Amino acid sequence: MSNAAATAAVPSYLQEPKGIKSWLLTVDHKRIGIMYLAAIMFFFFVGGALAVILRTELFRPEQILMDADTYNQFFTLHGAIMIFLFIIPSIPAALGNFILPLMLGAKDVAFPRLNLASWYVYVFGAIFCVASIVLGAVDTGWTFYTPYSTTTSTSVISMTLGVFILGFSSIFTGLNFIVTIHKLRMPGMTWFKMPLMVWGLYATAIIQVLATPVLAITLVLLIMERVLGVGIFDPAMGGDPVLYQHFFWFYSHPAVYIMILPGMGIISEVIACFSHRKIFGYKPIAYSSLGIAFVSFMVWGHHMFTSGQSEIAAMIFSFLTFFVGIPSGIKVFNWVTTMYKGSISLETPMVYAVMFLFLFMIGGFTGIMLGALALDVHLHDTYFVVAHFHYVMMGGTVMAFLAGIHYWWPKMFGRLYSERWAKVTALVIFVGFNMTFFSQFILGAQGMPRRYYSYLDQYQPLHGFSSVGAWVLGIGFVIMAVYLTASFFNGRKAGPNPWGALTYEWETLTPPPQHNFLKDVVLTHGPYDYDKVTVVGDFYDKSPTDKQHMAGKV
Amino acid sequence: MDTTGTLFLPPQNSTIASEVDFLWDFIYWASAAFFVILGVAIIYFLIRYRRRRQGELTSGKSHNVPLEIAWTVIPTILIFFVFVWGFQGYLKMQIAPGDAMEVKVTGQKWFWSFQYEEGASTVNELVVPVDQPVKLLMSSTDVIHSFFVPNFRVKMDVLPNRYTHLWFEATSTGEYDLLCTEYCGTGHSEMIGTVRVLGEREFTEWLEQAGGMGEGMTPAEFGEQLYTSKACNTCHSLDGSKVVGPSFLNLYNKEQMLTTGQAVVADENYLRESILNPQAKLVAGYDPVMPSYQGVLKDQQVDALIAFIKSLQEQ
Ligand code: HEC
Ligand SMILES: [Cu+2]
Repeated sequence: MSNAAATAAVPSYLQEPKGIKSWLLTVDHKRIGIMYLAAIMFFFFVGGALAVILRTELFRPEQILMDADTYNQFFTLHGAIMIFLFIIPSIPAALGNFILPLMLGAKDVAFPRLNLASWYVYVFGAIFCVASIVLGAVDTGWTFYTPYSTTTSTSVISMTLGVFILGFSSIFTGLNFIVTIHKLRMPGMTWFKMPLMVWGLYATAIIQVLATPVLAITLVLLIMERVLGVGIFDPAMGGDPVLYQHFFWFYSHPAVYIMILPGMGIISEVIACFSHRKIFGYKPIAYSSLGIAFVSFMVWGHHMFTSGQSEIAAMIFSFLTFFVGIPSGIKVFNWVTTMYKGSISLETPMVYAVMFLFLFMIGGFTGIMLGALALDVHLHDTYFVVAHFHYVMMGGTVMAFLAGIHYWWPKMFGRLYSERWAKVTALVIFVGFNMTFFSQFILGAQGMPRRYYSYLDQYQPLHGFSSVGAWVLGIGFVIMAVYLTASFFNGRKAGPNPWGALTYEWETLTPPPQHNFLKDVVLTHGPYDYDKVTVVGDFYDKSPTDKQHMAGKV
Repeated sequence: MDTTGTLFLPPQNSTIASEVDFLWDFIYWASAAFFVILGVAIIYFLIRYRRRRQGELTSGKSHNVPLEIAWTVIPTILIFFVFVWGFQGYLKMQIAPGDAMEVKVTGQKWFWSFQYEEGASTVNELVVPVDQPVKLLMSSTDVIHSFFVPNFRVKMDVLPNRYTHLWFEATSTGEYDLLCTEYCGTGHSEMIGTVRVLGEREFTEWLEQAGGMGEGMTPAEFGEQLYTSKACNTCHSLDGSKVVGPSFLNLYNKEQMLTTGQAVVADENYLRESILNPQAKLVAGYDPVMPSYQGVLKDQQVDALIAFIKSLQEQ
C-alpha cells in the first residue's frame, strides 16, 4: 500500500503499449474488460433511449410518436439489446474480466487469446443484431415465441443468428473464468479465502457453459424452421409451439441468474468494504450462489403456468421456484447483518448497494407472488411481470453494476469522480426508477397486459406517471454519463486503495501496470479480515470536503 | 366478496377471485413485514454504525447459528403455505364442474369469436349467465393468444394446435374487459372484447335472439348489424377512409387492383370470396391480415353482409 511513489515510474496498462492496434490486438484482460465496457455502455444507452421513447409513446393510449408496428419493433429491440447485448455481458465480461485476475493475484485469465476472441465474437454477433434492424426490425419480442416468430415477415433470422453468435462469446468467457479460478489463484488463496465476487463469477460461469448451448440449439431449430420448414414447432405441420417455450426457458431462466449472481458478488464486496466489517455468513453466501445456479436449471416451467402444461408439471415448477427464492433471501439477511456493528461510510458504491437491497427485496417478494400458482394465473403476462423483472434486473443487476462501476472506477482509470454529483444522480435514479416501475405493479395487478401499444382509458393515469418516471430515470443516466466522462478526462488522481478495502486488486498500482502486480502476490490476510487488518482509504484523507465524508456527513 | 377493488386488484366478480386475492393479501402483508423489518434495520445500522473514526477494527463475528436457522426456517415455512394454497387454487381453476355450460372460443388475429352450442355466435363479446359455471373450449387459427379477464382472475393461453380450456363462474351481472395477453402482432392491443354477464332470464332471451337470422329485418339491415357484431368495423370504414382494410363505401362493382397486378370487379362472387377466403385475392396496398370467416358466418349472414355492402353506394 505504500507504492504510491512507484506510480510515476511504472506505466499503467492504459499507457503502455501505445496505439490503437495495441488495443485491438491486446490479450490483456484489463483492456479487454474496458473494450467490453465501452461496447456494453453503448448498447445500454441505445436500449435506454428506446425505453424512453417507448414510455413516451405510452404516455397516452393513442398514437403519439409511432404506429403499432414500429412500437412492436422498438420493444423487441429494447428487450433484445438490454438482455443479450447489455446485461448478460455487463458484469462478467466487462467488470469481471477486469477484476477477476486482479482479485486472484494473477497476471491474466487462463486463456488470454480466447478472451480476446470472445470480444470479437460479441462484436460480430452485435453486428448481426444491428443488421436485423436495418433489414426490417424484428417484432417478435425478445423471446421469439413460435409460431409468431416463424410467420412474421420481419428479419427474425439475422436477429436470432446474432443471439446465437453472442452465445459463444458468453460460453468463451464462462470457460475462461472457470479455469482461471481453478488454476490461477495466488498462493495461500484457498476456495474459502476467495472474495465472494469470485464465487459469484464462478457460479455464473457454470451456468454460462451449461445453459447457453441449449439456447444455441433452440435458435438453430428456429432458423431451420423458418428457412427449411422442418416443422418442429409449427402446428400446421404437426409440430408443437409450446416445445419452443420449453427450450427457450430452459436457457433463459438460468440466464436470469447469469444476470443476477455476479451482481450479488459485487454487493458482497461493496457492503463488506464500506462497512469495514467481516462479511457475515461467508459460506452461506458462497454456497447459496452455487445452490441458486443448480436449482435455476429446474424451474424454467414457471414461465409457462398458463401455456397448457400438466398440473403436475406446474406443481413441481412452482415448488422448485420457491427453492430459488430461499437462498436469495438468505443472502439479503447476511448482507444486512454485515452492516451490524460495522464502520459504515456511505460513499456512492455503498449508496447503490443500499438501493440494491431495497429494490431487490421488492423484486424478490413479487417473485414469490408470481411463483404462487393461482396468483400467477392472474398476474402472468401483465405489467406486474414487467415491473417484477425490472426490479430484479434493473433494481438488482443494474444497481449492482453501478455500484461496481463506481467502486472500481478509480482502479480502472486512476481517477475519482465527483462524489457530490454521483450521489445526486443516485437519488435521481432511485426516484425515477420507483416512479417508473412501482406504478407498473399496480397497473399489472389491475390487469394491464404487457406488450400493448395502446390501452384502455382506465390505465392512463398510472401509465402517464410511469412515463414521467422514465424521463427522470433518463435524465439521471445522462448526468452520470457527463460526470463519468469528466472524471475520465480530468478527475482527481486516485491512490491505489481509495476505499481501504482488503481484497487484492487494491494492492497494486492505480491504474494497474500491464501485468497487474509488480511482484508476485501471496495471500497474507483474508478478503474480509477487517477485524484484524485496517487500512485507511486514500480517498478519505485528501481535500477538506472529503474530510466531511469521514465524519459521515455528506 | 369485494366488488369495488383495491389499490392493486380489480373488483372480484367470479367465484375464484376471492381465493386468489387471499393469497395476494397473505404474501403482500408477509412481505411488507419483512420489508419493514429489514428496511428499518438497514437505515438504523447506517446511522448507528456510521464511520466516526478512520482505521477502527470492527467485530469479527460472522456467524450466529440460531439467527441463521431462524432466517432460513421461518421463510421456508411461510413459503410452504404459499405453495400449498397456490396449488390448491390452481387445481380449482383447472377442473371445471361437470354441469358447466360450454362455449367454443376462437382466437385469431385480432379478435375473439364465440360459438354457442345452441347455434348463436358472437365476435368480441362473450355473453354468459350469472351464477352458473361456464367452460370455454379454446383454440387459435394462427399464433398463440391468451384469454384474460382481470375481474375473474382467470387466464389461459389459446394455442393453434390444440384445445385448452378455462372455466369461471361470474358472481355479478355487468360488463367486464376481456384482454389478449400473449403478444400476437400489430393488433395485439386491439384484441379486446367484453364479457357481458346477464341474469338467467335475460341470458335465455339473448341466446334465442342471437341464434336468430335477423327476423323482421331486411337483409341490408341485418348486414349492418353483423357489420358491428362480427367486428368488420374494426378494419373497414363506411365513409371511404382507409383503415386496416379498404372502405365499404362504393365498393360494389368497383374495379379493384390486386397484388398480382390483375384487376377484378367487386361483384357478389368476389365479395363472397373476399369474406370466406380473404387470402385468395388480395387488394393491392393492404396487408394480408383479414381473417377467414369460413365457419364463423352462416350463408345467410354472408348474403346479408353483401346486401349491406351493396346498399352503400353514393350517387
Ligand atoms: C383484421 C382486419 C379485418 C377484419 C376484422 C375484416 N377485414 Fe375485410 N379486409 C381486411 C383487409 C386488410 C382487406 C384487404 C386485403 C384483402 O383483400 O384481403 C380486406 C378485404 C375485404 C374485402 C374485399 C375488399 C375490396 O376492396 O376488394 C371484403 C369484401 C371484406 N374485407 C369484407 C369483410 C367483412 C364482411 C368483414 C366482417 C365480417 C371483414 N371484412 C372483416 C381486413 C379485415
Ligand atoms: Cu392475441
